[in-house]
Amino acid sequence: MNPMEKNKWPPGDLVIWIFIMAELLVFGIFFAAYAFTRANHVELFNTYQATLDRNAALLNTLALITSSYFVVRAVAAIKSDDSKRCFQWLLAALFMGAVFLVIKSMEYQHHFSQGINLSTNTFYMFYLSLTFFHFLHVVLGMVILVAVALKARAGGYCAQEHTGVETGASYWHMVDLVWIVLFPLVYVMK
Amino acid sequence: MKYESQKVAKLYFIAAIGLFVGQILFGLIMGMQYVVGDFLFPEIPFNVARMVHTNLLIVWLLFGFMGASYYLVPEEAETELFAPWLAYLMFWIFLAAGAATVLAYLLVPYATLAEVTMNHLLPTMGREFLEQPTITKIGIVIVVLAFLFNIGMTILKGRKTVVSLVLLMGLTGLAVFFLFAFYNPTNLVMDKYYWWWVVHLWVEGVWELILGAILAFILIKTTGVDREVIEKWLYIIIAMTLITGIVGMGHHYYWIGTPEFWQWWGSIFSALEPIPFFMMTVYAFNMVNRRRRNHPNKVAVLWALGTAVMAFLGAGVWGFLHTLAPVNYYTHGTQITAAHGHMAFYGAYVMIVLGMISYSMPLMRGRELCNSVRSQSLEMWSFWLMTISMVFITLFLTAAGILQVYLQRFSDNPMDFMVVQDKIALFYWLREITGLIFLIGLIVYIASFFIGQDEPEATVEPLK
Repeated sequence: MNPMEKNKWPPGDLVIWIFIMAELLVFGIFFAAYAFTRANHVELFNTYQATLDRNAALLNTLALITSSYFVVRAVAAIKSDDSKRCFQWLLAALFMGAVFLVIKSMEYQHHFSQGINLSTNTFYMFYLSLTFFHFLHVVLGMVILVAVALKARAGGYCAQEHTGVETGASYWHMVDLVWIVLFPLVYVMK
Repeated sequence: MKYESQKVAKLYFIAAIGLFVGQILFGLIMGMQYVVGDFLFPEIPFNVARMVHTNLLIVWLLFGFMGASYYLVPEEAETELFAPWLAYLMFWIFLAAGAATVLAYLLVPYATLAEVTMNHLLPTMGREFLEQPTITKIGIVIVVLAFLFNIGMTILKGRKTVVSLVLLMGLTGLAVFFLFAFYNPTNLVMDKYYWWWVVHLWVEGVWELILGAILAFILIKTTGVDREVIEKWLYIIIAMTLITGIVGMGHHYYWIGTPEFWQWWGSIFSALEPIPFFMMTVYAFNMVNRRRRNHPNKVAVLWALGTAVMAFLGAGVWGFLHTLAPVNYYTHGTQITAAHGHMAFYGAYVMIVLGMISYSMPLMRGRELCNSVRSQSLEMWSFWLMTISMVFITLFLTAAGILQVYLQRFSDNPMDFMVVQDKIALFYWLREITGLIFLIGLIVYIASFFIGQDEPEATVEPLK
């Protein structure tokens, strides 16, 4: 194997990086809009931020970081030509993704049962929009991971050619990264 | 041309170009009425000219998309079209229905047309762009369903490529969202809300998939770049289109009585709608630069690159200009919108259809690869004449729009609508003159189908 190939940069397909950049731009603009709006309504934001379930969000943060770790292990496994391990690690990552979705859905359930919606106030508008948009990205990331996992199980990757695994991993890390910004910004920062 | 049934496309393209001429003529009539109010009155009132101008555009683009699909799908699926006879039959039904509708617009007062076509049974008329009598709308649904069936069956029985699947997705969306034309609630907010499901989700949603697929096809054919590379780009372009475009619909929901969060959703997501167009530009040039062959049909490549650039400018940049809610508060429904509409439709949809015609028509008329040098250079002239005049039409309308916004809505002493219209008349004149140049470009375009046809095909140096 060409040693340059092994550590080629960026990992995965170049096209996914263009996509990742575009996605980060979307979230970046959303975060900036949140920040500027908050600056004008600090009290409102602080009041309603207190109604969010920080513990649930912390658990979710751990879930996503763990799943990212599992994805790293999956990439490492395929680099040592172990398709089976790669598949198993991806399953583990998917499980953590599912945990995230369940916890987040329970949070939504709680808010909706209190009659909160997008028109309740500006804070909830941002909270619901941002987290739901991220939620959809977790779903998309999981769809990608499922596709990669199925191909890995079928022996579609090997130590020499595993661009697909790295591509899926890169996207998943992006989903994780966005949450790592979102969590302190929306749930914690005062 | 690999399959005999691809030839169906020829009829569709001829009809498309014919209706295109009609669209431009009515555009010129209307442009004149902007400055000479009673021009051709009472024969062709302004509202009728506008209806004909916009409806013809939509119908000829649909003819173009259908023609493009009938050409593209058999070649991608590597099989003959499922039912060529059905395609011919639908062509004549669609053309007859379209022509009858336009003639009815011109010959009968609109209210009478509504009465005669029994609009009261299922009222769908009287809404911008969806003015067609209900019976015409039903006809459109039948034609589109038969078309989808034909295309779908062809894909099912043959090779399934990403290009044809993306195309099919776009065409299915086109059919599905048109159904909202039949939903006409009495609540005006709800009416407008769902009206955009046809209008916006067409042009800023599923039509972009059709555009992406056709562009990918032309690039695969003319550059010889690996299909896999082009397909990857196509994937992320359509993903980005849908992510930004669907929620981006919010930029139409700012001031129609919908909840306030739409101002945020609409602003943020629609502000990102230029991204897929920008990707498309980068990708089109990238593919041409990485080409594995020099294709002698240079003018088809020119249209492909042209559409990528002009779609980005017209849809992307000019759309962004007035998409943010605080800006749109002032610019809503002014000439800025007209400027955007003109360049976006031309750049994204007119040019891609003309590009597909440019690629496929020589093959359907018996050429091996392309037209003669003479026909091609004439067509290039038409490309530049139409494109440059469209740029100027857009610039003049933008200038008119900025002045309009300032005088009518922004200055300390806002003026009446009609007073402002008088003040910006100069730009309307300039637009009208530029429109004439566009018409000349269109005439040159049509001439390129007849001139140089007896000369040998153009050739190119092979790529070193």
